[in-house]
Amino acid sequence: MNWTWFHKLGSPKWFYEISRRWLPGLAVAAALLLMVGLVWGLAFAPPDYQQGNSFRIIYIHVPAAFLAQSIYVMLAVAGTVGLVWKMKLADVALQQAAPIGAWMTVIALITGAVWGKPTWGTYWVWDARLTSMLILLFLYFGVIALGNAITNRDSAAKACAVLAIVGVVNIPIIKYSVEWWNTLHQPATFSVVTKPAMPFEMWMPLLIMVLGFYCFFGAVLLMRMRLEVLKREARSSWAKAEVSAQVEKGR
Amino acid sequence: MNPLRKKRLFIVLAIIAGVGIAVALALSALQQNINLFYTPTQIANGDAPQDTRIRAGGLVEEGSVKRSSDSLETDFVVTDGAKSVTIRYSGILPDLFREGQGIVAMGKLNAGGVLIADEVLAKHDENYMPPEVMQALEQSGMKQKHDAAQAAKKTYQLESAQ
Repeated sequence: MNWTWFHKLGSPKWFYEISRRWLPGLAVAAALLLMVGLVWGLAFAPPDYQQGNSFRIIYIHVPAAFLAQSIYVMLAVAGTVGLVWKMKLADVALQQAAPIGAWMTVIALITGAVWGKPTWGTYWVWDARLTSMLILLFLYFGVIALGNAITNRDSAAKACAVLAIVGVVNIPIIKYSVEWWNTLHQPATFSVVTKPAMPFEMWMPLLIMVLGFYCFFGAVLLMRMRLEVLKREARSSWAKAEVSAQVEKGR
Repeated sequence: MNPLRKKRLFIVLAIIAGVGIAVALALSALQQNINLFYTPTQIANGDAPQDTRIRAGGLVEEGSVKRSSDSLETDFVVTDGAKSVTIRYSGILPDLFREGQGIVAMGKLNAGGVLIADEVLAKHDENYMPPEVMQALEQSGMKQKHDAAQAAKKTYQLESAQ
């Protein structure tokens, strides 16, 4: 297997160049997918026979919950790369992805509460799924706070990487909580490997929304990482040249 | 991979394995406290504590819902296929409450083994369906089959969750 792309990621300049090419594609894909998915899911998908229209919150809730967990796994992978290969870019990715993940967790928790009131009869219940998701939010807060609390960049990177790696144990707990324990939360409706428990015209917009959320995350993460790389490499000649070129263009 | 990196990767994997084992042991020790509700079988076996507020969960038995004519009091039976428990609740039931629906009720067991509930929550399953499909199922007489299959599946889930 060819690993040169991986080793090239060690160079912030190379990342800055290559991400410039990925960004427009991702942004356009995210906008298209989210637009199609939202209109299809919120306006055209049929209502559920029991819940009526309130089930439509699934089109926000499920993609947000997917991302919240995927982003945390990404933090742990970035943390491992940062600790093992001492790659500077891994810390940039970890620090910049954490706030997005925290927001996705907040969205998943709030949409779930809004849906829970009419369906279950309560906004919140301390069952295993909801509680483990709340712990995920606190883990994100921990990573963000730790990254900001330590002034020395290398120490902060190490501390955040260790926290991200330790916290990843929570991810399988979230995923299997509905199977291991009695919970109020229902098991997964939407899965990549098995046949979904809903008909095509409900399931397709959900798939589009999930893909749209992932593209959106990719685009936002690249934008944030590019800015952070420029900030951290501010003393290097290529970053100085890039900033002055941007300033020229803005005039 | 050079030896230093290999060693560091090994340390990272060891941390994950160690934390994973510790959390798994802690969670299995706390198993009973993490379960949101007791199933009727657990209550019948005496696993549920007396004289304290507990949650009971299961499927509302077909034909068991008795509403009082002059108050909001409702009696119904919740089952997991093997055992059942009677629940008495006075208040407004959630919209999704119906016979065959999974519910979770919170309250105290009285001397007669009836759960006097002060909160009833509806448990939604993972299946979604447009109303037309449901109507078509009802018309073709498939609904009974569908419901029976769903109930069997839910009972299985309840049993395997124990």
